[in-house]
Amino acid sequence: MAYKIYIPIDSTALSLGANDVFEAISAEAQKRQINLNIVRNGSRGLFWLEPLVEVETEKGRVAFGPVSTNDVEKLFDNEFFLGREGELFLGLTDELSWLKNQERLTFARVGITDPLDIADYEKHSGFKGLKNAIKLEPQLIVKEVADSGLRGRGGAAFPTGIKWQTVLDTPSKTKYIVCNADEGDSGTFSDRMIMENDPFVLIEGMIIAGMAVGAEYGYIYLRSEYPDAQHVLNKAIKIAKEKGYLGSNILGSGYNFDLEVTRAAGAYICGEETSLLESLEGKRGMVRYKPPLPAIEGLYGKPTVVNNVITLATVPIIMDKGALFYADFGMGRSKGTLPIQLAGNLKQTGLIEKAFGISLKELLYDFGGGSFTGKPIKAVQVGGPLGAFLPEAQFDTPLDYEKFSEINAVVGHGGIVAFDDATDMAKMARYSFEFCAIESCGKCTPCRIGSTRGMEVIDKIKEGVDQDKNEQLLRDLGETMVNGSLCAMGGMTPFPVISALNFFPKDFGLEKKETSA
Amino acid sequence: MLHLIKFKYNNEHTLIIIFIKMNLSESQRVTIEEHVETFLKKPGALLPLMHAIQDSLGYIPEDSYPIISAAFNLSIAEIHGFVTFYHHFRTSPSGKNILQVCRAESCQSMGSEGIESYCKKVLGIDYHETSKDGAITLEPVYCLGNCACSPSVMMNDKVIGRITPEKIDNIIKAAK
Repeated sequence: MAYKIYIPIDSTALSLGANDVFEAISAEAQKRQINLNIVRNGSRGLFWLEPLVEVETEKGRVAFGPVSTNDVEKLFDNEFFLGREGELFLGLTDELSWLKNQERLTFARVGITDPLDIADYEKHSGFKGLKNAIKLEPQLIVKEVADSGLRGRGGAAFPTGIKWQTVLDTPSKTKYIVCNADEGDSGTFSDRMIMENDPFVLIEGMIIAGMAVGAEYGYIYLRSEYPDAQHVLNKAIKIAKEKGYLGSNILGSGYNFDLEVTRAAGAYICGEETSLLESLEGKRGMVRYKPPLPAIEGLYGKPTVVNNVITLATVPIIMDKGALFYADFGMGRSKGTLPIQLAGNLKQTGLIEKAFGISLKELLYDFGGGSFTGKPIKAVQVGGPLGAFLPEAQFDTPLDYEKFSEINAVVGHGGIVAFDDATDMAKMARYSFEFCAIESCGKCTPCRIGSTRGMEVIDKIKEGVDQDKNEQLLRDLGETMVNGSLCAMGGMTPFPVISALNFFPKDFGLEKKETSA
Repeated sequence: MLHLIKFKYNNEHTLIIIFIKMNLSESQRVTIEEHVETFLKKPGALLPLMHAIQDSLGYIPEDSYPIISAAFNLSIAEIHGFVTFYHHFRTSPSGKNILQVCRAESCQSMGSEGIESYCKKVLGIDYHETSKDGAITLEPVYCLGNCACSPSVMMNDKVIGRITPEKIDNIIKAAK
């Protein structure tokens, strides 16, 4: 009898040596003549415990971690393959509080299945949403997505149903589905996890989107920093084609849909949808003026759905279980769940899918276990490099698009980066400008010039040169960028800068009382 | 030097003759022309084309611009503008390996600044430079999606998390 063992193939697990562990376990099993059936699954998202090795038992899967190659002999001595308690034993995986306290909808299969085993995907409710969608008129698919309350998970939180309706209503022989997989925000990795660990769910979501709006071709615009995701997606597309899920007359439905992966080239700005479209067309990624909206004139001037990976990967479960099932999660106008990514200076980091409404405090301390370094958490940045820094006084804020907006912050793509109290927030503010200067497309002046001038002004404040005047100048510059920039790059860079200035003036050398929220 | 470039488009042979001094080797020129032919009819060809050239040659020689310009009916300025817009593309050869150090916020919160300066110190170079022995080119990168295990670096196509100076030493040793 072969014992079933799971060793993740997710790139964060690999970055901590999961392949070495796989090789060591395989070699040791051979040496001891123990028959193992090793599945390379995705990651469960408990990254501080990676490489996390699981063993299938009668009671369910049990976990061991973090496993290093040095532990392998001891694991075998203890017959870990029987699921026996011992060193590194963590118990039943599903009972671990990190996982038990989540609501995994989009990530339902992530870490459980072999990413490229399409039979495994089907066994775990895969393509159920697609099969339901095939039976519906396009307008009813759009209605279902609209009723679910799903909003763009890339960061802008625009209602997906409205975007799809616009594309459906715009007459054109050719339309496109573009998946924005240019996940460049620091602190985010949920897109990468979906693409590496459950690629078929993204493909399924894109096929449904194509059926809903009348598009027959799709592109996944994937950042070049994700080579592993590229390999997995290309293999998954090939498998889906062989099984009749892509191509012409999908499952005999009369619908046609095909798609390809386009590798980006390291420009952060191409995560902005119009810049992305320019890049896909083979041009510099210069931001376009809006209107016209991409939903009306998008790729090659045709009506185009541009959605983030998570948005598209959430569509299958909505079509499987229904709009109301999904809309039942969440709070206010933030319906459903958000895959939250805990990153930076935290003890326990990884992926948490939760209904909207959970507070930062719960995430940072209950899930995150406090800072990695053991020092107090000074601030967190939510929503990537364009998101505001939040001080401890704001940690009670519930994760909700509107609540965050009230305090001039953004939920964005759900990435949370924690900083301990050794962090110089003025330095972080300066870095925000520096990043903007490096990544600006250069089309509009506030972003192109403002970012460089911003660095200089912060330097002057820190050097004590005309502090009052320069502080005012910095605030004016922020306002100009917010109101005068063409896109979110220049328009949001002031969020982290001004929040750092407001909450941590001492770091700028300003002798004022720290203001509260 | 006369270069005769021939492309097949819509089953008709188009002859394009350009006069330009090119420093491309014969094999480089053939490779570039093959890639151009592969992507000639593809919409949005420039992005996959440049990746193909860089993947084959290690960089995009500026001397390839006239060939691409003629094939796609674009000006050389447009091609230069395209290539230089994207951080990933390089117009000169790199070292044998490319070491990218993440500078983004999550890695900063876990001490990436120290890793950056350590790499620069032990390699004796700054960003965008190559070590004297030609083994490693050092590049900054803004997020590798490995933020749960910061700080991170990427050696060629391999991400390494929870990076320490000792791990950097091992990477450099293995690259020599």
